Amino acid sequence: MACLEVAYLGVGVMGERVITFAEALNEALDQEMARDPKVFVMGEDVGVYGGIFGVTKGLIEKYGPERVRDTPIAESGFIGAGVGAAAVGYRPVVELMFIDFLGVAYDQIYNQAAKIRYMFGGKAKIPLVVRTTCGAGFRAAAQHSQSLHALFIHVPGLKVVMPSTPYDAKGLLIASIRDDDPVIFIEHKALYGIKGPVPKEPYEVPLGVADVKREGKDVTIVATALMVHRSLSAAKKLEEEGISVEVVDPRTLKPLDVDTILNSIKKTGRLVVVDEGYPRCGFATDIAALAASLAFEHLKAPVKLVTPPDTPPPFSPVLEDAWMPSEEDIIKAVKNIVK
Amino acid sequence: MLGGIILSVEEIPKEKLLWMYEKMLTIRISEEKAAEYFAAGKIPGFVHLYAGEEAVAVGVMANLRPDDVITSTHRGHGHFIAKGGSLKAMWAELLGRKTGACKGKGGSMHIADLDVGELGANGIVGGGIPHAVGAALAFKLAGVDRVAVSFFGDGASNQQNFHEGINLAAIWKLPVIFVCENNLYQISLPYSKQQTIKSVAERGKAYGIPGVEVDGQDVLAVYEVAREAIERARRGEGPTLIEARTYRFKGHFEGDPQIYRSKEEIEWWVKNKDPIKLFEDKLLSKGIVTKEELKGIEEKIRKLVDEAVKYAEESPWPDPKEVLEDVYSTPTKGWLVWRWPI
Repeated sequence: MACLEVAYLGVGVMGERVITFAEALNEALDQEMARDPKVFVMGEDVGVYGGIFGVTKGLIEKYGPERVRDTPIAESGFIGAGVGAAAVGYRPVVELMFIDFLGVAYDQIYNQAAKIRYMFGGKAKIPLVVRTTCGAGFRAAAQHSQSLHALFIHVPGLKVVMPSTPYDAKGLLIASIRDDDPVIFIEHKALYGIKGPVPKEPYEVPLGVADVKREGKDVTIVATALMVHRSLSAAKKLEEEGISVEVVDPRTLKPLDVDTILNSIKKTGRLVVVDEGYPRCGFATDIAALAASLAFEHLKAPVKLVTPPDTPPPFSPVLEDAWMPSEEDIIKAVKNIVK
Repeated sequence: MLGGIILSVEEIPKEKLLWMYEKMLTIRISEEKAAEYFAAGKIPGFVHLYAGEEAVAVGVMANLRPDDVITSTHRGHGHFIAKGGSLKAMWAELLGRKTGACKGKGGSMHIADLDVGELGANGIVGGGIPHAVGAALAFKLAGVDRVAVSFFGDGASNQQNFHEGINLAAIWKLPVIFVCENNLYQISLPYSKQQTIKSVAERGKAYGIPGVEVDGQDVLAVYEVAREAIERARRGEGPTLIEARTYRFKGHFEGDPQIYRSKEEIEWWVKNKDPIKLFEDKLLSKGIVTKEELKGIEEKIRKLVDEAVKYAEESPWPDPKEVLEDVYSTPTKGWLVWRWPI
């Protein structure tokens, strides 16, 4: 993780307990499993191993192998089993180790979990959470580095959550588990080790509510996951040059807090979207379309999109660093429209 | 092959036998009506009929309790009716009406009623198999003796969800019964060209579970095989794979030109292997029912089907604004069901 500078959390009050993003998620799972016997965890290496990124650590000792269930490498089978268990009233939290693996299980998510309620005329509830990881920066190449959230945002019936801080991670995961709809909960791998204040007691961060991570008046940056941190870091540098940047973190990408985003654009008149997803038909273009359709008269400059290029993530550190949206890219995009 | 004790028809209560007969006949008469209505342009979309395969759904379902669950296929009318779904709600759904089982949002391919344990017909081949596994997992976690049955076709037995789902159920010893309705064709591709093994049931071995082949045109044979598998599942002894050899009397879908099989072949099956006729002959020859009784049952069922069709035709269409409803259960802030303002 040394290659990833996590700059500025934007939260933090003296005296509050500080834990990591991974610990915050672990605590959310623990507290929800303690609260509701219908919550259970299932996925590859989630048991004794504690999850490949350590998020389910200690849960098997506490809740046993029935509720912390290791699975074979059969993502379609066990995500589909999550759908079935949810359809009869359980609340499975299923782990898809890397979002890149969704291809082998996508039908169970986009044709099954997402559509069952609608197709059956509102009779079914599918309270399923699929936790998965995204993000580049680990020299993990094209099949372990992608940010494919757009493929889920695209599908009606899913909710898509992408937290950027430990506080949001815990509150959003608890809200997702308590939600009666299928939620795709996406954790950026580079964020697991970051620390931030997290209350000990269970709490919900409501789905569909964005968070203004930094207030500003000249330009709005809408950013997701790790890109929130890069944008905050860029904003700090831009401040020194007299440019005031507002950073909006949608936190949930579906539903989307359109009002908060539009209000910010109306205030600043300028928009940069920073996202690690691919450039075409992605979250960034979606927000650009939103601005063009609903805030055109408030825009003083073209909307700028900062995303990776239209290529798979490469392996070599030199290539990957060039591929990923950097702080410099963000600064350049902002300066381009703030003259 | 089945190793259990073969019941003679006299050992099954008459009430149960008549239930099976009535369900099979209801499916057949309703499917014939659906063919007629589809041809007349009154049923929108795609329709896959279950005529010829009735003994499979009914023979299995005769062993299930209302709190057991099933997953079904694109050819799902029979499963829906046999599991206790409302005929009126099914017909209203086929016609796309507001009163339909899915409020006009699913149609023939997605007919479902969770209230009777019918977790849904599925437009994706093999898509429902893991759902039955998950429901069975929930039953195991809850410590109850409910079971889940997954119906699917021979085509689905080459799908990842078949292999992954059965393997999960096997390693976790879940109360699932996998019922392969092998109707010998995957749309046009004959079974012999889909796989090299002679029977889907043989695949049970690959997952360390029993695989049983049964004549899917003999409702009592299906009943017995299913009974053993279901009892086994309820006792916590794990899943069974049943392969019911059957035949669809209609095309893959209504309108299918069926160039992949001969008229003679279809006629042979209809003449010699009609599950309803075979069952009638058995009931009559054993003196369990009289011809008059059967005639009375048929009249009653024709009336029920006509009433269901009438109910559907007289039902209102959904309000176009309902297109935005039923996407989500839990409301949230933000834009949940997106629609660009025009």
